[in-house]
Amino acid sequence: MAYTVNGPPAVDAPDPPTPTRRRSEATAGYVFLSPWLLGLFGITVGPMLYSLYLSFTDYDLLQDPEWVGMENYVRMFTDDPTYWNSVQATVLFAVTSVPLKLAVALGVALLLNRQRRGVGVYRALYYVPSLLGGSVAIAIVWQTLFGGAGAINGLLGLVGIGGKSWIADPSTALGTLVLLAAWQFGAPMVIFLAGLKQIPAEMFEAAALDGAGRFATFWHVTLPLLSPVLFFNLVLETIAGFQGFTAAFVISGGQGGPADSTLLYTLYLYLRGFGDFQMGYASAMAWVFLIALGIVTALVFRSGSLWVHYADDGER
Amino acid sequence: MTATLAPVPVAPQQQAPPPSRRWYAGTGAHVILVVLLVVALYPIAYMIGTSFKSPQEIANNIDVWPTRFSPNNYPEGWTGIPGISFGRFFVNSTVIAAGVVIGNVVSCALCAFAFARLRFPLRGLWFAIMIGTLLLPHHVLVVPQYVLFNSLGWINTPWPMIVPKLVATDAFFVFLMVQFMRGIPRTLDEAAEIDGCGPYRRFFHIVLPLTKPALVTTAVFSFIQTWNDFFTQLVYLNNIENYTVPIGLRLFLDSSGQSAIAPMFAMSVLSLVPVFLFFLFFQRLIVDGINTSGIKG
Repeated sequence: MAYTVNGPPAVDAPDPPTPTRRRSEATAGYVFLSPWLLGLFGITVGPMLYSLYLSFTDYDLLQDPEWVGMENYVRMFTDDPTYWNSVQATVLFAVTSVPLKLAVALGVALLLNRQRRGVGVYRALYYVPSLLGGSVAIAIVWQTLFGGAGAINGLLGLVGIGGKSWIADPSTALGTLVLLAAWQFGAPMVIFLAGLKQIPAEMFEAAALDGAGRFATFWHVTLPLLSPVLFFNLVLETIAGFQGFTAAFVISGGQGGPADSTLLYTLYLYLRGFGDFQMGYASAMAWVFLIALGIVTALVFRSGSLWVHYADDGER
Repeated sequence: MTATLAPVPVAPQQQAPPPSRRWYAGTGAHVILVVLLVVALYPIAYMIGTSFKSPQEIANNIDVWPTRFSPNNYPEGWTGIPGISFGRFFVNSTVIAAGVVIGNVVSCALCAFAFARLRFPLRGLWFAIMIGTLLLPHHVLVVPQYVLFNSLGWINTPWPMIVPKLVATDAFFVFLMVQFMRGIPRTLDEAAEIDGCGPYRRFFHIVLPLTKPALVTTAVFSFIQTWNDFFTQLVYLNNIENYTVPIGLRLFLDSSGQSAIAPMFAMSVLSLVPVFLFFLFFQRLIVDGINTSGIKG
């Protein structure tokens, strides 16, 4: 059983008998929808348009916005190396953390799926990092764990590897953030596990009869049948991956260092907007972010038609 | 954009294990799973263990557990920030979380009922827009919303966190409830309609009581998300009296020396207790919630 999101759920009731009834239902529809409509225009669309206007201005909250045309965008693309550092850190973070997280989630889900006993307990315990991982508390723990005097160095010292501060080294700081993101693999794992349960046992029996080994079964049976779930997880995690903020902020002390290596896009946006109060520049950054994320999401969706296998494909 | 999203799980098929399965079957997998679990839970154990270590042990003992438990870190952390008690942060966080929970449950239920059960012009268009806002990154709105809430004098109040939830801006929960309401047998509505119930009575007396599991899921996830939220609260709260738990925790980092680590960890543990309790009580709902819509805590 699957559902599509390209349209509203069908109302399959018989037509309301009278035009009056129909009109009263339409009125009721808008009454029920009114809070959401208020939010859509007041808190989402209105502010979005205002931010588009701000992106063409200089605005520090104190004086009125001053129109500067494309200046913010030009400066962003041609005259702000820090901006490109943040783009680089964000892309690097997303393209490493998302596949790593999904690979671990899928691996653990495959292992769990072969068990009969204790699945519920394992599933709950593996989910705990996802539950807590986005908090400031865990970011603080991470900073201590990977710091110069942290427990990771203590453990490495036991096997004779000399440690360093993984947080203070520009070449490894982002890596600690990637690990923190991948550590929260519980949520996609739960989704994978539900998807694996949907695969009919006959598929595996048929593969076994044909003499397929474990790897061949995974590659030719499990993975194609699981591809819609993998796609769903990929979309969710990609969108989330580009929006990491809390851990980068806490671990780098709010600055994105060392050497801009953990300056994720949202963090740089925050620093420009709420550190320097360059609201116009921050708005321009936000719009570029929105468009870039839209393109990335569209590419993921487009790629889906190449590798996502739907059970009902034959009917199309 | 035609994409099939999450499969809604149905009851897993039960089948007898094949005869070749011996008692030791799966032991290898169990070993891997346990080892991975130890690695995965290590940071949490380390946090709890360290919160009970004395300053000397912080420096010398890298074991997870302290040799001697010193619970002093908890009272020390609670009053560790000059001029204010950590209890104040807990009160502030609770007020915001309560407002968000109520706002999300009420506003999303109203909106979802319209999409799931009522027929009105432009319904398809609004539904598509609602789904579109699912993908809208929150950070895009933060600057103009800040300008708006600032002009209303709402900085250092809970309103910037709560008001957006009163108008159903959390599309995930609308979507979750629409999916749930679709599963409620329509014959119940029709029977009520024949008995003369209008849309309002159908909502309050038929659909809403049956939507309770989705309402509870929404409440639980809203609580966890708000409790863990950092970005919004960082932007809107800059007066220490109004700080919430995550923003308050950050103060420890500014004063961090070796001596501050244990009290900081103690408060970190405390900050996660409410989230963990919610998870213990609502574990089943949370797992089902992730499966239907992909929302996360």
